[in-house]
Amino acid sequence: MIWSSWGDFWHMGGYGLYVWGAYAMCLVAMLAEPWAARRHRQQALRASARHERVQ
Amino acid sequence: MSSAFSAVYARDLRLALRRRVEALLPVVFFIVAVSLFPLGVGPEPQTLRQIAAGVVWVSALLASMLSVTSLYTGDYADGSLEQMVLSGHSGFEIAAAKAAAHWSITGAPLVLAAPLIGLLLDMSASALGTLVISLLLGTPILSLLGGLGAALTLGLRSAGVLLILLILPLAIPTLIFGAGAVGAVDAGQSAAGHFSLLGALLILTALTAPLATSFALHIALE
Amino acid sequence: MNQPIRWFTFAAPSRFYALVNALNPWLWAIALLLAIAALYIGFLVAPTDATQGDSYRIIFIHVPAAWMSMVLYLAMAFWAAIGWMFNARMASMLARALAPTGALFTFLALWTGSFWGKPTWGTWWVWDARLTSELILLFLYLGFIALVSSIDDMVRGDKAGAVLALVGVINIPIIYFSVRWWNTLHQGATISMTAAPKMAQTMLLAMLLMTFAFWAYAFAVVFTRAQALALEREHDAEWVRALRTKGKELQ
Repeated sequence: MIWSSWGDFWHMGGYGLYVWGAYAMCLVAMLAEPWAARRHRQQALRASARHERVQ
Repeated sequence: MSSAFSAVYARDLRLALRRRVEALLPVVFFIVAVSLFPLGVGPEPQTLRQIAAGVVWVSALLASMLSVTSLYTGDYADGSLEQMVLSGHSGFEIAAAKAAAHWSITGAPLVLAAPLIGLLLDMSASALGTLVISLLLGTPILSLLGGLGAALTLGLRSAGVLLILLILPLAIPTLIFGAGAVGAVDAGQSAAGHFSLLGALLILTALTAPLATSFALHIALE
Repeated sequence: MNQPIRWFTFAAPSRFYALVNALNPWLWAIALLLAIAALYIGFLVAPTDATQGDSYRIIFIHVPAAWMSMVLYLAMAFWAAIGWMFNARMASMLARALAPTGALFTFLALWTGSFWGKPTWGTWWVWDARLTSELILLFLYLGFIALVSSIDDMVRGDKAGAVLALVGVINIPIIYFSVRWWNTLHQGATISMTAAPKMAQTMLLAMLLMTFAFWAYAFAVVFTRAQALALEREHDAEWVRALRTKGKELQ
């Protein structure tokens, strides 16, 4: 273990803002994207029902 | 030179000559766009000289892109494009002729207007000369790339802006080598390397862009 | 049973859809496990860097994101070309599905690059060759997305997208070369941002693990999006109807 405490870990040698700023954006993006894709799929399935009813 | 190429080329020139004012609009835009920079950046000759090559090149790029949208739309609207493409003549030739016509109507006037513009930005004589040659080599590339963009976006709603978004990234190497040539001369070096790269880019584009454009036209007309 | 492999079997949207349903749970699991492993090594094992301190740890997501952004563009162009050549609409749908994920990774490469650059170089943006090339790559992705979304006719959109993507692929080396040329002319001998002079084994391992994690992630999310596109395009097909009724039964 290279960190002597949790505090040190979050502090990242003074670079905490940058390191966690970078990682946070990645996390947000990689949670939002699959969620959006899944929602897109659900909506597409529901929309196909509407098409059928119209026919 | 084949008949298809000269026929399409001559026709486009004739049509442009009938609407001379419209044909000169890109050049007017070019001059206006360049003039905006001193107004935005300040009239200090030193600053202007530094940014001049880039400003002229970017403005020429934008003027070229804005004018190329209408390259195929007129013929598309009245059905003559379909006749041309389905006539059995090489799509490559038609695309090449169209790009050549666009250059003659828009690109060449930009090259001729450049020295005047350069003086507005206090460019040195050697820089001006280099700028003109770089534009002479580069504007045909822009016409060829623009033709591809026009064919891809044919008939689409926001074709103009879309075309610019598609083609500008592809035109970046031309911009870099063109403006860079002037930068090299300003720094006391030779622009030969830049000119060779531009020349190579021109040859590569001339051989490949009309082919891609021909595909794009067929796709748009299906 | 010596049947030859039917390579084109998954060209049928219905079979592709079923394949993805089978594969995705595994892909997500792999992505998660590899990411956890990469983060463990990257943050709890890899030592602090002598020159850059702990800010270098951004490399564990910056470089994988940049690699993915490039790989996904090639994949996008490849599948678009396949779709065009063989009139295989599932391949074209896959190309369309790849674009947003590719653009996202490009954005992440730029974002993480910027957050790495600020403590290292003092500015939020550096016009170095690689970041500038990534920016142009983002424009190429956005151009593709804009073009295919603007064309109402799906088949025309597929083919036009293929032409654009292929033109893009040919241009990427030229663009990268010209940007590097431009960069050395104007910046002289500055060290490239992403040059990590001595990569400890652990750093390299963490970076590679994260790359594979991103790869598995990309497969999973692109496949999901491709399923959505298949449902949209095949909305009146029998298999879609079957999916709907099956969904209702399960409720």
